[in-house]
Amino acid sequence: MASIFQAVGAARALSSSNSFDSKKFYLTSRESVSERKGSIFVVRSDGRMNSGRVDKLVTNAVATKADSAAASTASKPGHELLLFEALREGLEEEMDRDPRVCVMGEDVGHYGGSYKVTKGLAPKYGDLRVLDTPIAENSFTGMAIGAAMTGLRPIVEGMNMGFLLLAFNQISNNCGMLHYTSGGQFTIPVVIRGPGGVGRQLGAEHSQRLESYFQSIPGIQMVACSTPYNAKGLMKAAIRSENPVILFEHVLLYNLKERIPDEEYICNLEEAEMVRPGEHITILTYSRMRYHVMQAAKTLVNKGYDPEVIDIRSLKPFDLHTIGNSVKKTHRVLIVEECMRTGGIGASLTAAISENFHDYLDAPIVCLSSQDVPTPYAGTLEEFTIVQPAQIVTAVEQLCQQ
Amino acid sequence: MSSAFSAINTVQRPPHASVSQENPSVRSSLPFLGSTHKLRPNSLHKNGASIRRQSSIVAVSDVVKQKKTKSSSSLPNLLITKQEGLVLYEDMILGRAFEDMCAQMYYRGKMFGFVHLYNGQEAVSTGFIKQLKKEDCVVSTYRDHVHALSKGVPARAVMSELFGKTTGCCRGQGGSMHMFSREHNVLGGFAFIGEGIPVAAGAAFTSKYKREVLKEADCDHVTMAFFGDGTANNGQFFECLNMAALWKLPIIFVVENNLWAIGMSHLRATSDPQIYKKGPAFGMPGVHVDGMDVLKVREVAQEAVARARRGDGPTLVECETYRFRGHSLADPDELRDPAEKAHYATRDPITALKKYMIENNLVEEAELKAIEKKIDEVVEEAVEFAEASPVPVRSQLLENVFADPKGFGIAPDGRYRCEDPKFTEGTAHV
Repeated sequence: MASIFQAVGAARALSSSNSFDSKKFYLTSRESVSERKGSIFVVRSDGRMNSGRVDKLVTNAVATKADSAAASTASKPGHELLLFEALREGLEEEMDRDPRVCVMGEDVGHYGGSYKVTKGLAPKYGDLRVLDTPIAENSFTGMAIGAAMTGLRPIVEGMNMGFLLLAFNQISNNCGMLHYTSGGQFTIPVVIRGPGGVGRQLGAEHSQRLESYFQSIPGIQMVACSTPYNAKGLMKAAIRSENPVILFEHVLLYNLKERIPDEEYICNLEEAEMVRPGEHITILTYSRMRYHVMQAAKTLVNKGYDPEVIDIRSLKPFDLHTIGNSVKKTHRVLIVEECMRTGGIGASLTAAISENFHDYLDAPIVCLSSQDVPTPYAGTLEEFTIVQPAQIVTAVEQLCQQ
Repeated sequence: MSSAFSAINTVQRPPHASVSQENPSVRSSLPFLGSTHKLRPNSLHKNGASIRRQSSIVAVSDVVKQKKTKSSSSLPNLLITKQEGLVLYEDMILGRAFEDMCAQMYYRGKMFGFVHLYNGQEAVSTGFIKQLKKEDCVVSTYRDHVHALSKGVPARAVMSELFGKTTGCCRGQGGSMHMFSREHNVLGGFAFIGEGIPVAAGAAFTSKYKREVLKEADCDHVTMAFFGDGTANNGQFFECLNMAALWKLPIIFVVENNLWAIGMSHLRATSDPQIYKKGPAFGMPGVHVDGMDVLKVREVAQEAVARARRGDGPTLVECETYRFRGHSLADPDELRDPAEKAHYATRDPITALKKYMIENNLVEEAELKAIEKKIDEVVEEAVEFAEASPVPVRSQLLENVFADPKGFGIAPDGRYRCEDPKFTEGTAHV
């Protein structure tokens, strides 16, 4: 599962605010635009390790078409698409495969989904299978649970993950618990998905990270996708799983472009993804922060460090095998996440690593999280709220000094 | 029932009054006997029949009442056959005997926690659930023992569950408030009020989906959601009324209005206490029925179920009923007026049915006694079974958390945690 990133700096530049029009995705990065050769960037995660590239000094944070071998697209296998298209592809394949798979949510049908993940599905499958619900999150999530108990396999879309706070009653009490309290009689194969995370000045309520609130609920699994490849794979795996799965997408990642295989594939729900193997330090991250980490990794590599970057992907349960092997190799851990400091995924991960791999650590685990503040609207303040690549670089340098 | 819409839309809402005594418009149209105001003397002198509602929505209860008064004088026009009557009677006796035994067992320390008994409300459960097929679904609240029994869950399975034994219907993992049965399509048992209503809407959605998307043309399964008067003020109730009417889901919303939500009188909690009126506001018929009379309940249930099976959509039925015991076995029940309790005790549904059947020469008293004896034995046997059943062992702790136990994740050694032998012992570190 090794992946090599050609260019990840543009991740910050992806726009979320114009989510309704997939054709127009513009960059609003505060960096200079001059180096950018177009409005897309290419992420390669083709699973091949190319150690030569790792040592190469990279001057640009952003891939330009010239230096990317992926430019010759015609000869390469697979097809290119954006992350939201990958999600849709996964969804569509599963809906074709199993007629019990259905989608419920606000504006998923005729509108095509507020982030276009379900575009075109309602005309194809009908209004009942791609159900436009009224604005009643708790009730339609409960309805999905009831439908799942009686034989269907619904996918609930939260238009923004934050809205699912209204569905907390159903997610915690019913989704997570009913399999157990019924003594195993009823399964609840729902998928609850939606975009979350800090976007581009969306304000506090639209910038929430619900993974920290949901992580204690027994009986559910949580995964976070970060690339088109794993988005499609995790979507398919989540739909096929008999367990209730919450799939966290990120508002700013929907327009990531990548080449994914034509043949069918599924990502394992419980496994983490090795993004960049290394020797000096283990950096654990997920979702959008993966891109900040990889951007910092460029700088770190230039400074002579060799970070190992793992996208944990499975937020609940943690893949302690991949993580553990990495810790045993590097002896230093840095966690970079977008959750708040208090009670976030990072906090749980810190505890889990301390508990299991304490003897292998040469330094205390450092966890970089967002500030414990409601995400401000102002752009400058918002930038200070989340972890930036410079902080990651500093943290790695400090950790490696010890 | 749909013709009643227009009448309801024009009903004036009474001006706000915290205690409805002073408000003439409320008093005249509101025959509730909540203890917040004294019983009206004229209500007790009515012919043993229930207080009539001033609403024009209710067609059935009046019709049924007429039928009843006629039939006591002349024989044709009986509402039930002997066979049907015996089924109803046996089910209600089972509910009553079971709940009485629960009280006994609770005070003897065999069951614990919160136990909510259904005494007095049997007509609702029997009247509605006996209209269902096995494939139809029932969703209830924490007061769910009798719903499970009426639906067909064996008494021994329910009693074992209450005792927390592994032979219980939920392997002892659910308890009193979480009765589930896949075989009999009992979808719970929910501790939070209103929580089950969306689940019921989901089950109804599946039925519609099967018919329209999966093309199982003969799928006409209906779902019944039972809940109380307190729940009728909860958001989930209204959200589901909307969705059910919007998509014409085959669901019946049954409000068991026993006037009390623990210690909160319905009148003190609700701006417009007539819950059935909330149905037409969402586009479905709202029916009020005397929930102490199983024959009336049965008539309404038949109509509502037929409506749902035809695909005409949901119905909201408000059953005026009463619980003879407190909210739960931990409730001292000091707030309710003894006169109110006495009044409803005279309307005991079991006595009423017995009287009806005997007066109409459907059965001999001896037959009914035989049924009571049989049920006593069933309940005794259930207790013995539960007593003798084993308690869950440690290895049961981690089963059933996930349908796919891979959900516990991958342990540091690379294997899935569920493959760890300690997992089946229940001692694995997860």
